[in-house]
Amino acid sequence: MTRAKKEAERPFDSQAYLGMELLRFTTAGSVDDGKSTLIGRLLYDSKSIFEDQLEALERASRRRGEDDLNLALLTDGLRAEREQGITIDVAHRYFSTPRRKFIIADCPGHIQYTRNMVTGASTSNLAIILVDARTGVVEQTRRHTFIASLLQIPHIVFCVNKMDLVDWSQQAFEKIQQDFRDFSAKLEVKDIRFIPISALKGDNVVDRSKRMDWYEGPTLLYLLETLYIASDHNRVDCRFPVQHVIRPRSDAHHDYRGYAGRVAGGVFKKGDEILHLPSGLSTRVAGVDFFGREVPAASPPMSVVLRLEDDLDISRGDMLVRPHNQPAVGQELDVMLCWLSERKLDPQGRYLLRHTTREARCQVKDVRYKVDINTLHRAQGDTAIGMNDIARVQLHVTQPLFYDSYQRNRSTGSLILVDEGTFSTVGAGMIVQREP
Amino acid sequence: MQTRMNHLEELEAESIFVLREVAAQFENPVILFSGGKDSLVVIHLARKAFHPAKIPFPLLHIDTGHNFAETLEFRDALVRDVGARLLVGSVQASIDEGRAAEEQGPSASRNALQTITLLDAIAAHKFDCAVGGARRDEEKARAKERIFSFRDAFGQWDPKNQRPELWNLFNGRKRHGEHFRVFPLSNWTELDVWQYIAMEKLALPSLYFSHERECVRRDGMLLGLTPHIQVKKGEKVERLVVRFRTVGDATCTGAVLSRAANIDDIIQEVAASRVTERGGRADDKRSEAAMEERKVQGYF
Repeated sequence: MTRAKKEAERPFDSQAYLGMELLRFTTAGSVDDGKSTLIGRLLYDSKSIFEDQLEALERASRRRGEDDLNLALLTDGLRAEREQGITIDVAHRYFSTPRRKFIIADCPGHIQYTRNMVTGASTSNLAIILVDARTGVVEQTRRHTFIASLLQIPHIVFCVNKMDLVDWSQQAFEKIQQDFRDFSAKLEVKDIRFIPISALKGDNVVDRSKRMDWYEGPTLLYLLETLYIASDHNRVDCRFPVQHVIRPRSDAHHDYRGYAGRVAGGVFKKGDEILHLPSGLSTRVAGVDFFGREVPAASPPMSVVLRLEDDLDISRGDMLVRPHNQPAVGQELDVMLCWLSERKLDPQGRYLLRHTTREARCQVKDVRYKVDINTLHRAQGDTAIGMNDIARVQLHVTQPLFYDSYQRNRSTGSLILVDEGTFSTVGAGMIVQREP
Repeated sequence: MQTRMNHLEELEAESIFVLREVAAQFENPVILFSGGKDSLVVIHLARKAFHPAKIPFPLLHIDTGHNFAETLEFRDALVRDVGARLLVGSVQASIDEGRAAEEQGPSASRNALQTITLLDAIAAHKFDCAVGGARRDEEKARAKERIFSFRDAFGQWDPKNQRPELWNLFNGRKRHGEHFRVFPLSNWTELDVWQYIAMEKLALPSLYFSHERECVRRDGMLLGLTPHIQVKKGEKVERLVVRFRTVGDATCTGAVLSRAANIDDIIQEVAASRVTERGGRADDKRSEAAMEERKVQGYF
């Protein structure tokens, strides 16, 4: 019996959703590797494509003279994309099973690839990288893997697709697996998995393949549903960027003063000793509030309000931490920068910078090297940084930032650069721990 | 200590973060309020985001004049309860002033005219940010839109030139006269919204629940009879047991046959449904790019 049939026969439990978790993942692949087919299958087999969408898709496919259903049309939401037959922008897709809700950031494989994948990867717990079983590890695969590791996506799943075209060969699968291990040994990835699939035929996507009995691991959907993700957040280093100060000034809450924000690391509880940055003054947590009730503890990614025992001068952009575990404080940053704009990086330029809830101005001090994302080679002194380039740069910030390395904390280690003239977002930066 | 969040709590935390960013980054924001379930969820999230202070933004209702009576009653009760200031932008007034021209014929709708009234209201009140309840799962052009979505001085959306949105670093920088649309429910699905309404025990307009109503069938849709709908020749008025999945303008919002009388019934119905909620809306059926075209002009 197929998975879908089993689910359909299970009695509906109207409270079960209260136990569902959220998993965000991104999908990457080269041209024609079957990415749209895979997403289409996940959506279709989990009953997330609806009849009116399917009808619209059939109409659109027919109009284009295509016999098969073109599932890419489902994600190509913009007219220009449909007309040119290419995907321009990250598309978000949603589906759920009784265990989890999934958010897919589907990144197009053609234009502006790096920019799109960096964007999609920035909020993902997991990346699916598709590989064609016939061609194995190609340049694009290396590029996708590098970006996924650069963005510190905790889990990477390599789907070796089109196994039907290599006769379901265990040998072909293992060869690709070995090639990857050799390559990825140089990268920092916490958790790597390999699954042999056929997105077209459905093998090992939702239902277990009967044609690859040599594979003993999970199907893709089962892995997505059960992978342990609770440890993806940093629960060690307490970091609370103050987002907004809440002062009702009403009769009922005359003296109420609370600091609203989203926990970026660690656990905050009533009674904890905390330190305020930039003042360096300490006090204790008087209570963790959420909509009229006190909650026992706040950890990432909760949005709460902290009350403190003492009245300190605290405003947006400040940070609450623990006295014995403080972030780095400084104005000189080493950053891996992905450039997102058609206008090249000005190697001495000034930009607006956003980091946690703080906005500051910064100046580029030095472009140390550019990374060739195909070979991972460092081109020293190459300062021509254009769209989709990744470079190691030094920034001088006009005011101190409270930061951790991106590797340690994706929230307090990330920043964006904003053009002072156009106000568009031009750079995505990941803070590197300074070399001693 | 392990504090596991379910998917609704995690979505809620993200939306609250977004609403607080709106308060911090904009000078004069407003929440767009339609009376529909999504805008009710946005208002509930805004209460949570700023509690125990009041929601620091007014509410703006773009009134087509073609409302179901239940929607307006519900709106006024809610505004009293929340203690917010309600502003109403009237499509009828835009027509009377000659700013908007009424569509003609029995299928005429004021849906597209809302854009004119909305942009006029934004300009008149000098709003620099309008918060809406739109979701990416609703429609494929919406699936490409940012949470902080930039609008130029003409209120237009440029889908091919959107700012990249990374991590939770939202860039609300703009020049005078430009504004943002912010969508805190971007990552929610219809089912998430219903599950959240159940979890939070939110009150909803009665239109969402099964009731008897006089309807006509038109273009594959069931339209609830109101004084704004002209019955065409050959159309038969039927009394049916229906409910609405969205509550927009009465002239283009389709009802569905349904016996779902409470939220649990609705969650079951939505989970089993094979048609999207916008499948019942005539405004989207006009062409494949209908939503994108309206959004480029400045629609919600």
